Amino acid sequence: MVKEIERAGLPVVHICTITPISMTVGANRIVPAVGIPYPLGNPKLPAADEKALRAQIVENALAALQTEVSGQTVFE
Amino acid sequence: MFKIVHYINQFYAGIGGEEQAGIAPSMQGGAIGPGAAFNTAFADAAEITHTIVCGDSFFAENTEAATKQILEMVAEIKPDVFIAGPAFNAGRYGIACGGVAKAVTEKLEIPVLTGMFNENPGAEMYCDSLYIVATKASGAGMRDAVGKMSKLALKLARGEKIGASIEEGYLPGRARVNFFEEKRGSRRAVEMLLAKMAGKPFVTEFPMPAFDRVAPVAAISDITKAKIAMVTSGGIVPKGNPDRIESSSASKYGEYDLSGVNDLTEATYETAHGGYDPVYANKDSDRVLPLDILREFEQAGRIGGLHNKFYTTVGNGTAVKDSAEYGREIAEKLLADGVDAVVLTST
Repeated sequence: MVKEIERAGLPVVHICTITPISMTVGANRIVPAVGIPYPLGNPKLPAADEKALRAQIVENALAALQTEVSGQTVFE
Repeated sequence: MFKIVHYINQFYAGIGGEEQAGIAPSMQGGAIGPGAAFNTAFADAAEITHTIVCGDSFFAENTEAATKQILEMVAEIKPDVFIAGPAFNAGRYGIACGGVAKAVTEKLEIPVLTGMFNENPGAEMYCDSLYIVATKASGAGMRDAVGKMSKLALKLARGEKIGASIEEGYLPGRARVNFFEEKRGSRRAVEMLLAKMAGKPFVTEFPMPAFDRVAPVAAISDITKAKIAMVTSGGIVPKGNPDRIESSSASKYGEYDLSGVNDLTEATYETAHGGYDPVYANKDSDRVLPLDILREFEQAGRIGGLHNKFYTTVGNGTAVKDSAEYGREIAEKLLADGVDAVVLTST
């Protein structure tokens, strides 16, 4: 899906935990996530901290969308 | 009799499904799950003496530590051959099988093999360094996989010469192996051409490499003016899964309205995905689809706007060609709705 959306001309950022899969599939802007069942969360954290963590990943994703890349890039 | 160590995940060990995918590696004596079928196939020539079990999520999230632990276990037993899987089309399991097998053969110099469906992401990652027997997409192909894998395992144990991928049934990608064809090239080519003209199936001897890469689209210059849309393969759906998106091998994607929604709650959203432990996403779907944050960013003017629909499917054994089709259709709709950029989340 990532690749077809990009092929259609839309910049797309892929947030995922297993970044090697994203590399294999062919995403260009990749943002690592927290865990497989909760890419944008962490149930071990208090609610407020978990939300802050999510905000940080989303910020990273938005930064990736504003960054020119020449090939596949993982935004650590 | 050759000694074999077998690696399997929590599911094939009979420990449990996704709720047990976080278990750390452990080793037990004897064969477990598919190991019994291997032992039957080996008859008296070889035996699985030990089975290592590791949760798929544990391996994916702690790859380095898990690999180290598993290497220590295998080193202790010193088997003649190490078998991982088969993983069929299970992505995390395939990557674990490939990663573990590669480490065992490189660090311990023990012959290894695994089995996967050709679309498993682990297949592309490891087909150039491992013998990966081509299997069907699901566990229904277990008998066939065990038959092929046990034969190849015995050959490896005996140190016999391993033939070409087409002869042995493993996925191509490794160094080429020469062999003599019974029919000469011109005859084979004409037969292929005739089959093609007659619309009959034929198998090329030289598949063109599929380098399907998409060039990156230019970055968004001002995100505070951009309309952002959310897409996910994590299966987030309105509570009750109104379109009945399947928990695996999804045959469709869903499009759902987000007007007036500021938070995905336990009462209103859940996941339809059958390939990961749904407890956390069902409790708070924002953990997969970050609507709450993007809504806050929208209200704070940090993004131009959040598209009022999201698109979702279940990326769990879903065929690549189906996913590509969903992606094309979704992109078309997003463009028509004036979306500027997409945040796509995967579990």
